[in-house]
Amino acid sequence: MSGPIRPPWAGPLGLYHPGTTVIHRAPAGLKLAFLAMFAIAVVAVRGPASALAFLGIALLAQLVARIPWHRTTRGLVPALVTAALIGAYQWWARGWATALEVSVDLVALVLLGAVVTATTRADTLLDALARLARPLRHVGLSPDVVALSVGLFLRTIPVLARMSLETRDAARARGLDREPRAILVPAAVRMVAHARATGDALAARGLGEN
Amino acid sequence: MIALDDVLVTAYSPDPAGGADRVVRLLGPVTLELVEHRVAIVGANGSGKSTLARLLNGLVLPSSGTVRVNGLDTARDGAAVRRTVGFMFTDPDAQLVMPTPVEDVALSLRRLPMTPAERDVAARAALDRFGLADRAEVPVHALSGGQRQLLALASVLATEPAILVCDEPTTLLDLRWRGVVDALLADLDQQVVVVTHDLDAALQADRVLVVDDGSLVFDGDSAQAVAHYRALMQVRA
Amino acid sequence: MTSAPDNETAAAPAVALPAPIARSSVTTDVALISTFAAFIAVCAILPGIPTPSGVPITLQTFAVILAGLVLGWRRGGLAALLYVVLGLAGLPIFSGGVGGVAVLAGPSVGYLLAFPFAAALAGVLAGWALRTAERLRSSSLADRLTARYGDGVGRAPSAWRYPLLVVAGLGASFLTIHPAGIVGLMVRLGITLPEAFAIDVVYWTGDVLKNLAAAAVAVAVFKAFPDMLRSRR
Repeated sequence: MSGPIRPPWAGPLGLYHPGTTVIHRAPAGLKLAFLAMFAIAVVAVRGPASALAFLGIALLAQLVARIPWHRTTRGLVPALVTAALIGAYQWWARGWATALEVSVDLVALVLLGAVVTATTRADTLLDALARLARPLRHVGLSPDVVALSVGLFLRTIPVLARMSLETRDAARARGLDREPRAILVPAAVRMVAHARATGDALAARGLGEN
Repeated sequence: MIALDDVLVTAYSPDPAGGADRVVRLLGPVTLELVEHRVAIVGANGSGKSTLARLLNGLVLPSSGTVRVNGLDTARDGAAVRRTVGFMFTDPDAQLVMPTPVEDVALSLRRLPMTPAERDVAARAALDRFGLADRAEVPVHALSGGQRQLLALASVLATEPAILVCDEPTTLLDLRWRGVVDALLADLDQQVVVVTHDLDAALQADRVLVVDDGSLVFDGDSAQAVAHYRALMQVRA
Repeated sequence: MTSAPDNETAAAPAVALPAPIARSSVTTDVALISTFAAFIAVCAILPGIPTPSGVPITLQTFAVILAGLVLGWRRGGLAALLYVVLGLAGLPIFSGGVGGVAVLAGPSVGYLLAFPFAAALAGVLAGWALRTAERLRSSSLADRLTARYGDGVGRAPSAWRYPLLVVAGLGASFLTIHPAGIVGLMVRLGITLPEAFAIDVVYWTGDVLKNLAAAAVAVAVFKAFPDMLRSRR
């Protein structure tokens, strides 16, 4: 791909880490179903021993998928901080067993979730979502409209990011950058104007009809 | 052929005194037939020239009277009219809706009976025609303003509409890109109706309409129309 | 072939003019929903504003409530739903630049899943707020205020809309986001209701400020686009 590298939020490939392992190749629906079952099991089975077993499963998945640690740590750091804080609190309030169970359960679930995210392309997941959304056509949401909304969403984030910077510069130029209203109000009005212009453009292109 | 018959466009406007919304006139009544290959519309900001352009593909519907394009009524056959009339906006950011150029052109092609693979090939061909082949996968927000406007044009023309309406297509562009877009528009086989502030571009048209305060105040030969418009603006200043 | 009448029609009485014909608004609805979903994402990604209480405020819930107030319950709820679904699908658009189903396992799951309901409820309550504002504006209370402070207070639509929209936003976030957030904390962290409540309270100050801001911005949007009042749904 030529041109600048996509910022992480600009592309559908956000948190995906390419690979060919068995976990990468497994169908997205299967992975999601397994994750859901895992989450139910983690909550349902009590005790510190099972918590450690669940963490073992999640770590094994991470190893099998061959995801480098720095890929998963980004999503994991807040969870680890939370786990440490709640672990310390629970130890003081209810003893070491509860502390271990709660904090390890949390890390295990977040870790396995991160593995599923890192091994499944976001566009594959979006395709799966589009299939799931197909019955919505009975309530007037056609798959095309869903696909259009997703594309538009991805396209609009960089537009809004630029717009908010411009609005802040405009406020700064008038010496109003300490005034939240001078930034929020023009930014929101510009955003709504942009959305309405986009709606007109979609209609002009004959999209969202028939 | 585009035919406007006694068209009047109105809009709601809030009453500053806090009463019920009032109905105000935006444009008309206008009766027109446009058959020329190149038509330009000029007028001051807020004069109603954008409203006139938007009538032509059913983006704005007449409050009374009819607009017909090749016999199709914009109010009744909106979808068919929009297949016939392509529309290009001033700001490509509002018009380009997908993250990458190839996806955006492919989106336009969705209404044609094609498989996804055929659509991809056709989209890349359309990009190639405007020199954007090597930008097919680059995020739209990483393109320059001029490239984005070319992409907007490629997306609109990919479905080969019979008529193209452009609302100030070069207002946001620098001089070089303005030349590129003007040259591309001049080369099209389609009938082209352009709303513009660029009087040099208007002078190239076969017919120029001057819109002022919601009314058509001059209609005819480009040199005379531009002279009329200049005189009108001088009176204002 | 051309009729070019003089400006006399502009001065004609309003009753003589035919009513505007609105085009179908499906595409505008799609654009507004996607744009507000993207706005929630941008507000979530932007680094939080540090506060004296030590808990940084992100503008995320501001954007969620604003979507409901401006767009109405249906489109507002769909905007927040689109944001949540795309984040769960793996786009890194949740607070702190994370994404994916892993978030469901985290302690903030309750707050996140409440967003679509919060936006929808804000939309319902804002509909009530805007209707009530219209009624109050033509009431005897407005007459008295106008007599005392002038038209700027008694008759201005914004003066009536603002406080009622603040109430709508606060109602929506305290009936959805906070209860759901507390339940999420209890389930994920194995703590009791009072303990979870103590964590949730930390966010209240920021939340009130964000609702004041969301109502102010909504009022400004309605002022700039009066037809948005007509098309709320």
